[in-house]
Amino acid sequence: MTSTKASTFLALARSRRKGPERVHPLVYVVLLVVGFVSIIPFLWMLTTSVKEYGDTISLKLWPWPPFGTSQPRFDNFIEAIRIIGVDRETGLPLFVRYVLNTLIVTGIIIASTVTTSVLAAYAFAQLNFPGKNVLFIIVLTTFMIPEELILVPRAVMMNKNYLNWYNTFLAIVAPSLASAFGIFLIRQFFLQVPRELFDAARIDGAGHLRYLLTIMVPLAQPAIVTLALLEFIWSWNEFRWVQLVTASANMRTISVGLVGFLQTEGGPQTHLAMAVAVMVVLPIIVLYLFTQRYFTEGIVTTGLKG
Amino acid sequence: MTRPPSRTWLNRRAVNEALLALLFLAPALVLFLAFTFFPIGFGFVISLHNWRVGPREFVGLGNYARALAGGSEFWSSLVATLTYSALAVPIQLTLALALAYLLFQKVRGKALFRVVMFLPWVTSTVATAAVWARLYSPDIGLINGALKALGLQPMRWLLEDKGIFTLMARDWGLPIPAWLTGPSLAMVSVVIYTTWVFVGYNMTLFLAGLGNIPPEMYEAAKIDGANGWQLFRHITWPLLSPTTFFVVLITIIGTLKAFNHIWVMTQGENGTQTASILIYRQFYEFQRAGYASALAFLLSGVILLATLIQNRIAAQRVHY
Repeated sequence: MTSTKASTFLALARSRRKGPERVHPLVYVVLLVVGFVSIIPFLWMLTTSVKEYGDTISLKLWPWPPFGTSQPRFDNFIEAIRIIGVDRETGLPLFVRYVLNTLIVTGIIIASTVTTSVLAAYAFAQLNFPGKNVLFIIVLTTFMIPEELILVPRAVMMNKNYLNWYNTFLAIVAPSLASAFGIFLIRQFFLQVPRELFDAARIDGAGHLRYLLTIMVPLAQPAIVTLALLEFIWSWNEFRWVQLVTASANMRTISVGLVGFLQTEGGPQTHLAMAVAVMVVLPIIVLYLFTQRYFTEGIVTTGLKG
Repeated sequence: MTRPPSRTWLNRRAVNEALLALLFLAPALVLFLAFTFFPIGFGFVISLHNWRVGPREFVGLGNYARALAGGSEFWSSLVATLTYSALAVPIQLTLALALAYLLFQKVRGKALFRVVMFLPWVTSTVATAAVWARLYSPDIGLINGALKALGLQPMRWLLEDKGIFTLMARDWGLPIPAWLTGPSLAMVSVVIYTTWVFVGYNMTLFLAGLGNIPPEMYEAAKIDGANGWQLFRHITWPLLSPTTFFVVLITIIGTLKAFNHIWVMTQGENGTQTASILIYRQFYEFQRAGYASALAFLLSGVILLATLIQNRIAAQRVHY
């Protein structure tokens, strides 16, 4: 054991003297190729979205100068929005309606998930009550229930014989208002806060609610931001549920609208389909690039400390 | 010395705390009860009926019998689901682990690479599946364009219902028995897309797992003369096993439930009608809520079984 320790020490000392280990150049070649494959579909989507119809058929990768004579066609975006149509109710373009619907739905889901998760996480991390462990296990089992199992009964619950929420925002958001993932993520954060902090706050006369709002929530801010971001992305990208519980075009969210467009006019007109895809994907990419460290942290925290 | 608090005071404080906990938990629990746990029971009731918008007639286990009858679409959808899983899981995870291992060295541009690899997971599945469906297009797709440029034969990708072994036999004249068709090329194309989406995500998980291995172990083993493969085999692999187990589990479950991208790329045509697609079509296209619910219970049984088998294996193999 001693000799291992000594040799470890020696090795560490040596490696420090040598500086960072040299990485084989082939590693860079592999990573470059893989990274390139990873973004090609995005590059193709972006370039195709400003091509002319003819250039998409003749498979020109870069039909603009210096390799071609075409000009980038930004009108594709306007044309795609025009083809999607107009919302008869408000007179807005339907695509704008899709975006507004998505923002409304996403806003409700984030507000509700964050609130319910913070409250429940506080109860699990800080309060003592009978049946705590059983309830926590029950919350965790919702992780394990496949969405397929409850998809049909949930949708049936929304129809006119039961809740009569079909084709409303309420139906779209109902299953996403609370999240076991959120409770778990924020509880992990709350558990790291030392107990002495609460005792100190108690002496200063703070009750649980004030302690939660003034001390715990600001401390757990990274976890809350992570939860809000992931919920944003998930509801932005949600397709199947919204498709099942909406009927009219003006209730669609952006992903459902995209599939609708792909199955109609957008199908054969690749350049217009990609223009809509860019409008769906780009906001998320920009958001992700600015906030990416929260994603990795959130996934690793909930993924590996389970 | 302060006087110890009386018992009644303690009790009242405990009761207050429990009531507060109940108040804090109530919103989440009520929502889970209403939209997660209740639908399970309701779904079972639905599965026992011929059910359109509302219940038509009680059919007992008739929907299950229909699903489990020999040669039914459920069995073929289960074969498609398991084929998808059996192809996607090993390809995805091997690649993710290899990349994580490469990236775990002191590589320049590591952060940038991670961001790039994570992009497909972040962006809308519906949108990226639509992009890939066009990359796969037999006439105007980028992939066939590249194959032609390299002097290779273009393929029909998502539109091809023939098995890949059948295609190899046809194109290369390999002597392959007729029953050995292999997964359809459409299925393989979907798997390639899935790999593209999830490799970065799984790589991130593996990287976190690698970060938990104490570096001293490598240093010590190197001094004892271990080579790269031995380091991997005797240090990385056993110490990474909790991560590997977790990643395998979520990937298997994920592939058993896969829906969005398959729906956008093939609508379940050409040998890609997995159980999720079948359930959705039965409900959305034909309004057969009862039959779709029975199918959902059967699929969930398969998922549960996969989880249990995994846990059994993990109990023996994973070194915590």
